[in-house]
Amino acid sequence: MHKSRKQLYYHAMMFPGMVCLFIFSFVPMFGIIMAFQNYIPAKGIFKSRWVNWDNFKFIFTIPDSKQIFINTIIIALGKMILGIIIPVSFALLLNEIRKKVFKKTVQTIVYLPHFLSWVVLATVVQYIFSYDGPINAMLSSFHISPIMFMGSNKWFRPIMILTESWKEFGYGSIIYLAALTGIDPGLYEAASIDGANRWKRLIHITIPGILPIILIMTTMSLPNILNAGFDQIFNLYNPLVYQSGDIIDTYVYRVGMLQRQYSLATAIGLIKSVIGAILIATANKLVTTFSDRTMF
Amino acid sequence: MQVKKRKRIHIADVIIYFIILVLTLLCLLPLLNVVATSFSSSAAATAGKVGIFPVDFTLNAYHKILEDHQLWRSFMISIIRVILGTSLNLLFVITMAYPLSKNKREFHAQGIYMKFVLFAMLFSGGMVPLFMVVNKLGLLNTIWSLILPGAVGVGNVILLMNFFRSVPKSLEEAAEIDGANPIQVLNHVFLPASKPCLATICLFCIVGHWNDYFSGILYISKTTNYPLQTYIQLISAQFDLSKVTDIEKLKQYLLISTRTLNSAKIVISVVPLLIIYPVLQKYFTTGLVVGAVKE
Repeated sequence: MHKSRKQLYYHAMMFPGMVCLFIFSFVPMFGIIMAFQNYIPAKGIFKSRWVNWDNFKFIFTIPDSKQIFINTIIIALGKMILGIIIPVSFALLLNEIRKKVFKKTVQTIVYLPHFLSWVVLATVVQYIFSYDGPINAMLSSFHISPIMFMGSNKWFRPIMILTESWKEFGYGSIIYLAALTGIDPGLYEAASIDGANRWKRLIHITIPGILPIILIMTTMSLPNILNAGFDQIFNLYNPLVYQSGDIIDTYVYRVGMLQRQYSLATAIGLIKSVIGAILIATANKLVTTFSDRTMF
Repeated sequence: MQVKKRKRIHIADVIIYFIILVLTLLCLLPLLNVVATSFSSSAAATAGKVGIFPVDFTLNAYHKILEDHQLWRSFMISIIRVILGTSLNLLFVITMAYPLSKNKREFHAQGIYMKFVLFAMLFSGGMVPLFMVVNKLGLLNTIWSLILPGAVGVGNVILLMNFFRSVPKSLEEAAEIDGANPIQVLNHVFLPASKPCLATICLFCIVGHWNDYFSGILYISKTTNYPLQTYIQLISAQFDLSKVTDIEKLKQYLLISTRTLNSAKIVISVVPLLIIYPVLQKYFTTGLVVGAVKE
């Protein structure tokens, strides 16, 4: 086949996808200029007044925005930390189990919540933590008066962090279980002959064996510092807990889509997007320098 | 000495089994509770008597939701969306991943396209500008607003691209000597070789489309056009605790609660996922491990 015709084929194959990407990814990027305007829908992008950095200055003066950044980072950081610790510990424990049927059954069950949407799981979480729910029933048997968990600014963040870990720990453990099967069994045999007990084998063989993958996964999760999990918060929060639970994404949704302050919402979205892009690029750089992997 | 050692291992095992069992039950019991509630009487459910087994077993909730036309309409919309959306996702993923998997000598423009694709992955205009584009195109309230904005899954393109790169070059060369054009090479060499990867992507698309509720909230304003998850979101939002500020209101609210009905609707919305779950489980491990790509 002629060389240039082959090139033509490749271009033709790229074409439909690139058109779609152009319309739904690149065209919206031009919408970012709204962040530098006082955008009024009736006037459109070309006739709205330019205000340069005023929207950004405004963001940094309103107390709301400081709070949503703090909320986002605390919730995201909590999820990131538990998102490493629980899956790793679970994988290590599961790896100790030799009964195949038991192991398979456990895996089938713990992977399941990952595939259910937050819309569905939110109803479950609402019920469990509700005023008449099982947790409060348990507390009352210890003579502790019932707590409005989902309406309490003290409890909202911990519940978000815990329930996210509950949904994702099983699925998150897959990658570590795969890494564990990759450890050379010869090492364990040699250690046993040398008289190393179970604990020593864990410390000296298993953990060093999966440490690289733990480091990689940690680095890869760093860019999520501004992603506190829109779907979960959106389905679980309410005005009572805006103070502790409102995050950047939910705020952008309310300001932009419900209050129709397009410029303000776009400006906040832009700040998040820029920081996110820088973090992803940095994390990728880190991963490629200390391992043979890349994030994309 | 021997006996003592064996006993100690035994205790460690018991602890390990115990922790794993607790964690597994934590995942299973709340879901069983939803199923049990859907088969229980309304009175038992509102009184909080239902654990993991139905109390006063009844099919009432299911009889009632059979008559809920909106539920089944939304169900059908979601089914159509999954079929259309997943097909389009796969088409774009395959046609983009293939040229991108070539090196710069084989496909001169590969570098430029790759830069565009990576840029689209790193950076986005955000929710509001995307909404305006969808609005301007006149897609609001149509099924296309649920499908087109996410039709090109950049992450999946890169996943498949890496998989294509692992297919031996000699196979491609042999097909070309036989006079195959790039589309034939893709069809007869690359696609059959990447079946597990394609299956993974396909399943993830299905789950993604089925579970997405937010496109429905953003782009669909007619309740009759809601996909299933958006519909469920709507009914469970009525479960909102923000309306419950004191105990009296809560009691009042519980009396009119439709917990059994809602549970039945949730069960219906999860059944299709449970049906494909065994297939899903077979593939997602591969997808995830391939996903942490090696260059």
